[in-house]
Amino acid sequence: MANTKANQTRVVWDGNMAAAQALRQAQVDVVAAYPITPSTPIVQNYSQFVADGNANDGEFVMVESEHSAMSACVGASAGGGRVATATSSQGYALMVEVLYQASGMRLPIIMNVVNRALASPLNIHGDHSDMYLGRDAGWINLCAYSPQEVYDLNFIAFKTGEDLNVRLPVAINQDGFLTSHTAEVVEHFSDEDAFGFIGSYVGKNPMLDGENPVTYGAQTEGEWHFEHKMRQNHALVNSLDTIRANFKKYAEFSGREYHPVETYLTDDAEEIIVCMGSVFGTTQITVDQLRASGRKVGLVGIRVWRPFPKEDLAAAIKNAKSIAALDRSCPMGTTGALYNEVAAVLVENGMSKNLLNYIYGLGGRDTTTEHLSGIFSDLKACSDAGKRTKPVVQTINLRGKMLSFY
Amino acid sequence: MLEIRWHSRAGQGAVTGAKGLSDVMAAEGKFVQAFSVYGAEKRGAPMNAFNRVADEKIIDHSKTMVPDYVLVIDPSLAFGDITYDTKESTKYIISTHLSKDELIEKAPALKGKEVYVVDCIRISMDSIGRAIPNTPMLGALMKVSKLFTIEDFKTGITKVLSKFPQKIIDGNLKAIQTAFDEVK
Repeated sequence: MANTKANQTRVVWDGNMAAAQALRQAQVDVVAAYPITPSTPIVQNYSQFVADGNANDGEFVMVESEHSAMSACVGASAGGGRVATATSSQGYALMVEVLYQASGMRLPIIMNVVNRALASPLNIHGDHSDMYLGRDAGWINLCAYSPQEVYDLNFIAFKTGEDLNVRLPVAINQDGFLTSHTAEVVEHFSDEDAFGFIGSYVGKNPMLDGENPVTYGAQTEGEWHFEHKMRQNHALVNSLDTIRANFKKYAEFSGREYHPVETYLTDDAEEIIVCMGSVFGTTQITVDQLRASGRKVGLVGIRVWRPFPKEDLAAAIKNAKSIAALDRSCPMGTTGALYNEVAAVLVENGMSKNLLNYIYGLGGRDTTTEHLSGIFSDLKACSDAGKRTKPVVQTINLRGKMLSFY
Repeated sequence: MLEIRWHSRAGQGAVTGAKGLSDVMAAEGKFVQAFSVYGAEKRGAPMNAFNRVADEKIIDHSKTMVPDYVLVIDPSLAFGDITYDTKESTKYIISTHLSKDELIEKAPALKGKEVYVVDCIRISMDSIGRAIPNTPMLGALMKVSKLFTIEDFKTGITKVLSKFPQKIIDGNLKAIQTAFDEVK
């Protein structure tokens, strides 16, 4: 059988360059963006490609704010173009109103979100506050844990969002600085192969088709709003099938395989950490270290944050005794969002396990194998006692007085 | 895994130096990571850059490391804390106009450590015409670490610098060779 893998070239790129190159290779028609740390280099690099005549006639639209950036993306996408942008943190917050517009109009805009803390206090470093802010905005949310994954997931995002069974915007999340500004080895395709994987975009009901006039963003009061929103949710929930199929196609194309839920040594694991983002790799090292001393520990990474892959998660954690869900965002008045998802999956499947919630890495606070090893120790104590031995919400690497909740 | 920590001031080229080293190592088939820890992004503020180099894919994304080499490219930073998170075998290469003995007398924390000195500021002023001490530090690192022969390293870095005018490339190659010859 012929080798189906495309030829690839080894380079050293950070997450921002990986995203910018993927947008160039996807031959996007329009990038409308307003720069903000730490995602600035994505749109800066892309605008350089445009200036150099190296962006396949893609257009870079300079705007006066992120609200305008996403609004211009909505217009360009409704017009029938392949459209992308990037943002972070406060810029993402300013976009939120228009994020709901994009998904409600079923526009397959691709956005690279370089995750960063939200003020106040002002902080330019990585956490998942912005990703969580847009959690219910109706976008597919994918999580990349490294520059290679940023590159790969961009192509999967275009192929999925533009699929006629999906027609939804897709965000590719990466950790600010830890991924966006960390240069690593990335394997990339030729421009021809990369574009070949996603193909040309044919807009559904483009506004620029004057022969067939359509309306976007219409008003629907009590008579139709509910039906529209539930159809939209139906498309988002079911997009998991398309995502899964595209993960498979991409594996054949690239040799790199993704799953809605990534697992590492979970089959016989008694203690499992569930996380997302660049901490996945650091936790993998921790698992290896503890396995070497005979501990049965494992790791689960959420690759698809929305739609949430409930069945995949249930299968990954079913054999564990104790689980820690890690949230890189302050839950502000309750438990963390990932914890809530894990807890729901346990209840839905009639599983009873010790479940703890760790808040970590806010504002770029470092998380090392020592911290993660400490979590596994807490989980082991729960497994040995046969019950949860600590308050639900714990913190890692917090200075001063230890705080825990519930 | 080989780990390197750079001590620099923002604007002196530590990030570029770390990335340049990564490019050369990756071209040799190694897996690499180059990153930095940013503060408020003010030019002249002290900052750190980091390299990890390994034979297998690097998946650790924590910012903490116990480096094999500490590279100090701004002379004034040698008098601050540069010995934290280190081990007995950590080697220090420090840009300074002082002799090794003079430096250790003024920075007693370095006493008993394996210290090398090289004047990257003067070398870059002489060779490149600007105080960009990053590439001379790489020349010194090649001498101390023997990661590459100086000829192989210069061939590798020439490819990395290929987008620059020939004059800049020549200046950097001269700085790398001078630092390689002078570090002690």
